[in-house]
Amino acid sequence: MVTTYRPPDFQSALTIMRENRAIPLAGGTDLMVSRRRWSGLSPFFAKPVLFIGHLEEIKRVEPDITNIKIGSACSLTSLLEHREIPEVLKIVISQMATPAIRNIGTLGGNICNASPAGDALPVLYALDASVVLQRKAEIRTLPIEKFITGPGETVLKDDELLTSIIIPKKSYNVGFYRKVGTRQANSLSKLSFQGLARIEEGKISDIRISFGAVALTVIRSREIEELLIEKSGKEIEKLISEVNRLYSAVIKPIDDQRSNIRYRKTISLKLLRYFLRTVLISKIG
Amino acid sequence: MKINFILNGKNVWVETDPLRRLLDVLREDFGLTGVKEGCGEGECGACTVLIYGKIAFSCIIPVGAADHAEIRTIEGYRKTERYKALQDAFAEAGGVQCGFCTPGFVLAAESLLREDARPDEAAIREAISGNLCRCTGYNMIVEGIKIASLKGKGLW
Repeated sequence: MVTTYRPPDFQSALTIMRENRAIPLAGGTDLMVSRRRWSGLSPFFAKPVLFIGHLEEIKRVEPDITNIKIGSACSLTSLLEHREIPEVLKIVISQMATPAIRNIGTLGGNICNASPAGDALPVLYALDASVVLQRKAEIRTLPIEKFITGPGETVLKDDELLTSIIIPKKSYNVGFYRKVGTRQANSLSKLSFQGLARIEEGKISDIRISFGAVALTVIRSREIEELLIEKSGKEIEKLISEVNRLYSAVIKPIDDQRSNIRYRKTISLKLLRYFLRTVLISKIG
Repeated sequence: MKINFILNGKNVWVETDPLRRLLDVLREDFGLTGVKEGCGEGECGACTVLIYGKIAFSCIIPVGAADHAEIRTIEGYRKTERYKALQDAFAEAGGVQCGFCTPGFVLAAESLLREDARPDEAAIREAISGNLCRCTGYNMIVEGIKIASLKGKGLW
């Protein structure tokens, strides 16, 4: 039986992390499954476990003029119920897992789990989200794409906690999200697609495109997005095959029990074209 | 670790490994066998309980994370008028066959109806999307929840 800690406040949690290098557990909806053993037994943890899901300091949503700061231990349901959370993020969260899991699972957990199929990740990449990491004597902020380095891998140090997620406030007038899975509820994604854009005076002034579950980490290419900036509907139509070709080169899915390379790649690119042609161009008019 | 929580309206405590599944603590230490184990990995909803009135899967919650929480199982819920409305409605619609999933569905219905007393069919299906039933084909359960929301008017 490993040692467990349930600190009274966030500062104590940081002290415990420094002294014990514990595994932080907020909702536990992923950890309890990945560490499970036979029925009736406690799950297996090789290191001490630190409960953090009750810490009020990391359960707040704090908007200011330019950003929304979301505490890492906010449950997914609490974000759906919060009026300051951007609608595009709510659309994604409302399709994650099932209500009972959203009541317990946290946004910070979905990020730290760093699954290539993590459902909250594509929209967070598209929104230019950053993560705030804290240990006893240091706070650092990193863009989410610098935080997640591979499947299940992040740059989180072993005495560090993810405390909040910062999302810049921007307005988009086009949003398109598709999660492709075996069934509507509770499926792990075969792939997902997130498109966001702002159209002003018949041209694209801002565009973000990201793909989930088709590479080691979420795919987002600012270089390709740049090609679409300041373009009109007609110009985008001409660029579709080129953009399709460029994304085709960076989408590198794998075969696994949920799907295969051909399906993932084909559907990702179809969703891309649907977003550009049907959603975006028809909106520009 | 000593863990305290409010279980079906009573203050209780248990001295145990905080990583034990809430499911096992409820069944083995408190004898609440209305909480079922189906899949043991958060897929089926048989182990559903209410935490602060919202559904949660007790098979993937370590009991230490539930310290100080307000937990209700089907055994506590069945003493309420709301339960009676759901019981009658499930019976009327034929929403119970083998019954193994039923506590989970009843609690999922309660969790929905307290937020939305007159849900449409889409909202009902969404609310029970984490609960699996291999007998009914779901339509009778959806119907049962609809009946409860109509006949149980004023309860939620």
